[in-house]
Amino acid sequence: MNIQNCVSLWRRRRLPGVACVAAALLAVAWAAPVRAQDPQKGVSIGLSYTPGKKTGMLVLPIAGAMGDSMSTMLARDFDYSDRFTVVPSSAVASPAGPLNYALFAKLGVDGVVQGTLLPSGWLRIALHDVAKKAVANQKDFALPVPAGSPAWRMALHGIADGVEEWITGARGIAQTRIAFERGGRVWTVDSDGANVIPVTPNGMSPQWAPSGRGLVYAILGSDRSPIMYVDLATGAQRVVTSAPNSQDLSPAVSPDGRTVMFARISENGTDLFSVPIAGGTPRRVTVGQGRANVQPSFSPDGQRIVFMSDRSGPSDVYISDVDGTNVEVLNASTYGDRSFRNGADWSPDGRLIAFQSLNGNAKKVMTLNLRDQSVRIVASEGRNDDPSWAPDSRHVVLTSDRGTGIRQLWIVDIETGKSRQLTRGSAARLAAWSPRLLLPQ
Amino acid sequence: MNRSSRLFVLVAASTLALGACKKKTTPVVPAPTPASNPTTPTRTEPAAAAPVDNSAEIRAKIAAARAVVLSAIYFEYDADELRDDAKASLDEKLKVLNANPGLRIRVAGHTDERGSDEYNIALGRRRAETAKRYLTDRGIDASRIETSTFGRERPAMQGSSEEAWSKNRRDEFEIIAGGDQLRAP
Repeated sequence: MNIQNCVSLWRRRRLPGVACVAAALLAVAWAAPVRAQDPQKGVSIGLSYTPGKKTGMLVLPIAGAMGDSMSTMLARDFDYSDRFTVVPSSAVASPAGPLNYALFAKLGVDGVVQGTLLPSGWLRIALHDVAKKAVANQKDFALPVPAGSPAWRMALHGIADGVEEWITGARGIAQTRIAFERGGRVWTVDSDGANVIPVTPNGMSPQWAPSGRGLVYAILGSDRSPIMYVDLATGAQRVVTSAPNSQDLSPAVSPDGRTVMFARISENGTDLFSVPIAGGTPRRVTVGQGRANVQPSFSPDGQRIVFMSDRSGPSDVYISDVDGTNVEVLNASTYGDRSFRNGADWSPDGRLIAFQSLNGNAKKVMTLNLRDQSVRIVASEGRNDDPSWAPDSRHVVLTSDRGTGIRQLWIVDIETGKSRQLTRGSAARLAAWSPRLLLPQ
Repeated sequence: MNRSSRLFVLVAASTLALGACKKKTTPVVPAPTPASNPTTPTRTEPAAAAPVDNSAEIRAKIAAARAVVLSAIYFEYDADELRDDAKASLDEKLKVLNANPGLRIRVAGHTDERGSDEYNIALGRRRAETAKRYLTDRGIDASRIETSTFGRERPAMQGSSEEAWSKNRRDEFEIIAGGDQLRAP
């Protein structure tokens, strides 16, 4: 029995919840075959990706300057994708000469990544299919100079993502950054936790433009609180919109990059407005009549938004068309109790809404499947909020105070439940995951 | 010359006069009457010492009026309704506002740390608007009261205790104009 049927039977009180947990565990252990729509580009029979099962990968040491850094970064990116079991290269003896495929097979390795630094400074990557005992794919990648710079690191992440695409058919998400707020400023961090840099002198609630070239964000002040845009290449900041006696908040950029939707707080309550990203006269989207509507997030086709509203009392998550019509509440009741729900984010593949649910002192991040309304808990350890989807619609970055009691950013894989801490040090929150940053940064 | 300068000159003059008197007779501590100090506010509290203490008293009353304006009011969790103690505080502020037509204030709403950070900014503004509406409903012109919000971003007290939370759910008041010559109501 599949999980969706199980949940609907549970809902109708025909099955105990534990039966659905058992069904879920069975599904994970018993790998479902690759679905027809997953493209298998350039993949041989031996080295293939099966959802629910991890492909064994090994990255051979790379000779030359910064070779250790390169192989370590590639291996870590494969590990962080949660689709691979990464076998440490220390498990094999020095790999001079042809590869010992039999040994790799014994170690459970399906694919070996062999990097060679060329005299030109480019990195040649060969992906070996252990079962076929042959090279499956090979490509030379340009690397920015100087080695070790943020651009160099991001290019290596791009190489890992390219190798991942050879195997799974979908590009990885290592070549991304996460924007967040810390200490009253907007910062960005690479997906592997490196290169933490402030990008504005003040601000909060950053969101990415789909080009990956800039961020919109809010500045909370005592007089005027504008929506800003920062160009990440130049650092230049400009006002997108502001109004006297108003606080503008929680901006989001439409998928076509042209419109910013945001919440405007005024004496009449808080409503969603939209404005061209170049600036102009904002157009009202919600008519809140004194209530609060905040935190818009666009559907991937740009036609609808999900947002938070307290129009019915406790804050809840709603969906509407981008012009504010056809409003419906997302999930009227979960778990019987009265929860406050906000911080919704629409997955890039359009299937799931991630949101935070506050019930008493428990703050959890959950996902709702739009097709069957099923709800899953993504994070419940400590207090968790403000989820933001990675481009793979599978990883989520969120804020959690688990462990230290200080809010930090954590990345969770919703399929395996695996999580890792992204930031350390002083408190971080309000994270937003970038699109894939294919351009040199 | 403004009120306090005039007062100072009067006090200085009185002191000099008293000083002259002291050389001739035994020290006498005169009790100032409204007639001898026409520019002081009409209060009949006896001064224990020389007229210079009157200005301290006056300063104290001005400070008290200022404190009334600046005192925070507090809210219940996730609510923007005014509690009785908040209304009482606003009633006192009303008196000072009425006595000082030039006085303009800003009300900033704050929340505790629970709930969504961004939603809290909206809630803070509602708390500020509630206080403003109470005052404007009672005759204060809306142009004299600005509103703002900081959500949970500027806690009065750090921590995750009930005490910290209750101290952070508040409106704070600041004087943005007309505060130097405050008259006590």
